[in-house]
Amino acid sequence: MPAPIRLRELIRTIRTARTQAEEREMIQKECAAIRSSFREEDNTYRCRNVAKLLYMHMLGYPAHFGQLECLKLIASQKFTDKRIGYLGAMLLLDERQDVHLLMTNCIKNDLNHSTQYVQGLALCTLGCMGSSEMCRDLAGEVEKLLKTSNSYLRKKAALCAVHVIRKVPELMEMFLPATKNLLSEKNHGVLHTSVVLLTEMCERSPDMLAHFRKLVPQLVRILKNLIMSGYSPEHDVSGISDPFLQVRILRLLRILGKSDDDSSEAMNDILAQVATNTETSKNVGNAILYETVLTIMDIKSESGLRVLAINILGRFLLNNDKNIRYVALTSLLKTVQTDHNAVQRHRSTIVDCLKDLDVSIKRRAMELSFALVNGNNIRGMMKELLYFLDSCDPEFKADCASGVFLAAEKYAPSKRWHIDTIMRVLTTAGSYVRDDSVPNLIQLITNSVEMHAYTVQRLYKALLDDISQQPLVQVASWCIGEYGDLLVSGQCEEEEPIQVTEDEVLDVLEGLLVSNLSTPVTRGYALTAIMKLSTRFSSVNRIKKVVSIYGSSIDVELQQRAVEYNALFKKYDHMRPALLERMPIMEKTATNGPTEIVQTNGETEPSVVEAKHPPPVTQPANQANDLLDLLGGNDVVPVIQTTMPTKPASAGGELLDLLGDLSLSGIPPMTAYSKNGLKIDFTFERANPNPNIAVITIHASNSTEADMTDFVFQAAVPKTFQLQLLSPSSNVVPALNQGTVTQVIRVLNLQKQQLRMRIKLTYTHKGSPVQDLAEVNNFPPQSWHAHPSLGLIG
Amino acid sequence: MQFMLLFSRQGKLRLQKWYVPLSDKEKKKITRELVQTVLARKPKMCSFLEWRDLKIVYKRYASLYFCCAIEDQDNELITLEIIHRYVELLDKYFGSVCELDIIFNFEKAYFILDEFVLGGEAQETSKKNVLKAIEQADLLFETTTLHYCTKFKSNK
Repeated sequence: MPAPIRLRELIRTIRTARTQAEEREMIQKECAAIRSSFREEDNTYRCRNVAKLLYMHMLGYPAHFGQLECLKLIASQKFTDKRIGYLGAMLLLDERQDVHLLMTNCIKNDLNHSTQYVQGLALCTLGCMGSSEMCRDLAGEVEKLLKTSNSYLRKKAALCAVHVIRKVPELMEMFLPATKNLLSEKNHGVLHTSVVLLTEMCERSPDMLAHFRKLVPQLVRILKNLIMSGYSPEHDVSGISDPFLQVRILRLLRILGKSDDDSSEAMNDILAQVATNTETSKNVGNAILYETVLTIMDIKSESGLRVLAINILGRFLLNNDKNIRYVALTSLLKTVQTDHNAVQRHRSTIVDCLKDLDVSIKRRAMELSFALVNGNNIRGMMKELLYFLDSCDPEFKADCASGVFLAAEKYAPSKRWHIDTIMRVLTTAGSYVRDDSVPNLIQLITNSVEMHAYTVQRLYKALLDDISQQPLVQVASWCIGEYGDLLVSGQCEEEEPIQVTEDEVLDVLEGLLVSNLSTPVTRGYALTAIMKLSTRFSSVNRIKKVVSIYGSSIDVELQQRAVEYNALFKKYDHMRPALLERMPIMEKTATNGPTEIVQTNGETEPSVVEAKHPPPVTQPANQANDLLDLLGGNDVVPVIQTTMPTKPASAGGELLDLLGDLSLSGIPPMTAYSKNGLKIDFTFERANPNPNIAVITIHASNSTEADMTDFVFQAAVPKTFQLQLLSPSSNVVPALNQGTVTQVIRVLNLQKQQLRMRIKLTYTHKGSPVQDLAEVNNFPPQSWHAHPSLGLIG
Repeated sequence: MQFMLLFSRQGKLRLQKWYVPLSDKEKKKITRELVQTVLARKPKMCSFLEWRDLKIVYKRYASLYFCCAIEDQDNELITLEIIHRYVELLDKYFGSVCELDIIFNFEKAYFILDEFVLGGEAQETSKKNVLKAIEQADLLFETTTLHYCTKFKSNK
């Protein structure tokens, strides 16, 4: 068998391959040769073969059959064998394969080898890919080497220990004694790795942290020496002495000084010194400054120092190097909440970064800009942000739009400005606006009573220009439906009123219905808007015609709406004005506090917190209110609450409930249950102030000749409803209809579904307990009929 | 550091050093995606990007991209210095290093890296010391078995 070809020759050969197929052929041929060589247990060329295999592995070809060979190389006595063997182990083996455990013994032996380079190989391999089992087995050896006087080994042992601790945190204690004199080392390699080890231990254990706080003075001294000492050629990088060590020390100081006044005080001076004396012309100096700033911001530093730190970041923002700018923006983002005023001073520079070419910088600048908006700078900032919105990449538009809405809501100097800003966003980035902005905007518009005419006019004009942006179209349709009368009567005060006729308006709305650009949701808005105009415009016949056409629309939603509107025209015309009248001002739900910009790591949107409505207050017994559970649970009566949620979960919900304005006393009572002499009638009312709640009063009467005592009425409703049961008037239903027991039930019906109820009655009659279950399904449709056609929002 | 990748402008991998345990399949996937992402960056863009939950620091030296993945609390700017230091070491060792040197002597590139970085952290901050160690290790010839190498037994 000829000698296997040399590594370099193989590489040369493979590189001559002109196609992937040719390369694959060469590789396969060589792999076959290598395999046979392995089978022959050839010691001489094993090293060469494994090296070739590693090369092919890097090209992406499978090399697992070389794993055991690596182990054999590691066990060899030759240094070159070991070198390649360990390299192979690091590349081909990982802790998932059991085979790696076979290394443990070799590594153990090599850790005790007489040659430090062999020991070094073992430490390196263990520290790079040692599994937890290996670490457990070999921690003792590592600990021993941590105490050696050989600095070459000591530094490697320190990092190996870091790896061991990461894999098996319980072993951390074991290394504690060895850390005692680590910082008295002169050797920078050992110092650097020792600081890394100490950092790891402090990060993992508060006890360690407390223990190592006493090292602060020593660390400060080392850092000081690095800064003050003259030129040291061995560690110099662009005029700075060992920047790597400086940065690691600063990082450790950060951890030690955090939430500790004494430590923070002890490092104040040195931090100020580093911050002012470090040369900033090269990246390396800025790296140290960056770490210093991070440390200052994290520990309990005095305010002067903090301002110094922020100013450093401000200077970074002006640096030509975009990496520095990026790092500055990231850091400012972290501190903007705590040091808001200091960061404000750099606002204009930050805003300039919106125009940067780099995507990451732009994103950070945008997040930071939103964080800096306040009542004083809102006009200026908004101008910049709107300009940004116009010109930015699509990936930013949604977040920017949301941010603009939030900021505008919080700080709008005037209603007119607010509406204008919204208009600007809708017209420039209308397709990127989030879906839930639409109801929010509508609520906003509704509540700006004096701006109605202006708003509807501007929206109408926008529609004439462009009907492709759905959120804009939806808001516009809604407004036209609501305020169309103001539009045609030309009542606008804020600007020159436009002349528009009813027919023109209806043309536009009908245009939306037929346009291919309109989504089904938009069409729903348009149809409803047209319907609403029937009480505001005089051209009712035209509207009737449109509505009846859509009664046979393929779109089920549209069809349903049209059919119901038709019904409204025909059978319920007397109700139409009331149903379609102007929306009342909506109560503003609590918005969240200051915009929370969450520091994100990935290229994901910042979680700009939007105005959230408080979740509906769920009663714990709601679970038991599940119809199916009624049988099991004894206590189905939900917790009686004194306060009901004033607003349902979605603004859409309350807007949907137009029927709330109607008094439902017109709904006839119904008999819910009648059996064995017990009759339970339901009567209905609407609750004030919340029109979404139906108040049902039960009247229990007893036609038998004996009283029903211990009378308990329980009710359960489907999950989509919420139920509240108030106290009964009494728990004795007198015989012979001499009196009734009344009890009030309040039902919240958010989803406008048909009400169903299961009731459970227990009482004692003539000495024996009686229990019965019944379903009540005959609620009159007027009370709860699902009426999406009158849904004004979507 | 979680891993370091060296790759050419055509996306060919020249060195991969992983400091976290991942399956071969995952490594390939990460490599493929990251290479694609970095190669798509324009020259004017900064050397940092966020990718998954890591920070990626990359720099191009002639035809080779040096790419490191670091964690949230790591300092990006000093990582650039680490990359630069590695390039300097290669340069000193090979004498005006170019991509071909790394292709034909990939195992040496790994050895040098392993004398500079261990477990993802720098183990030696002096250029001189790293090069000295490599030099001396290289002197342990293939034919020399180790029990003859007592003269290399270390003292401080």
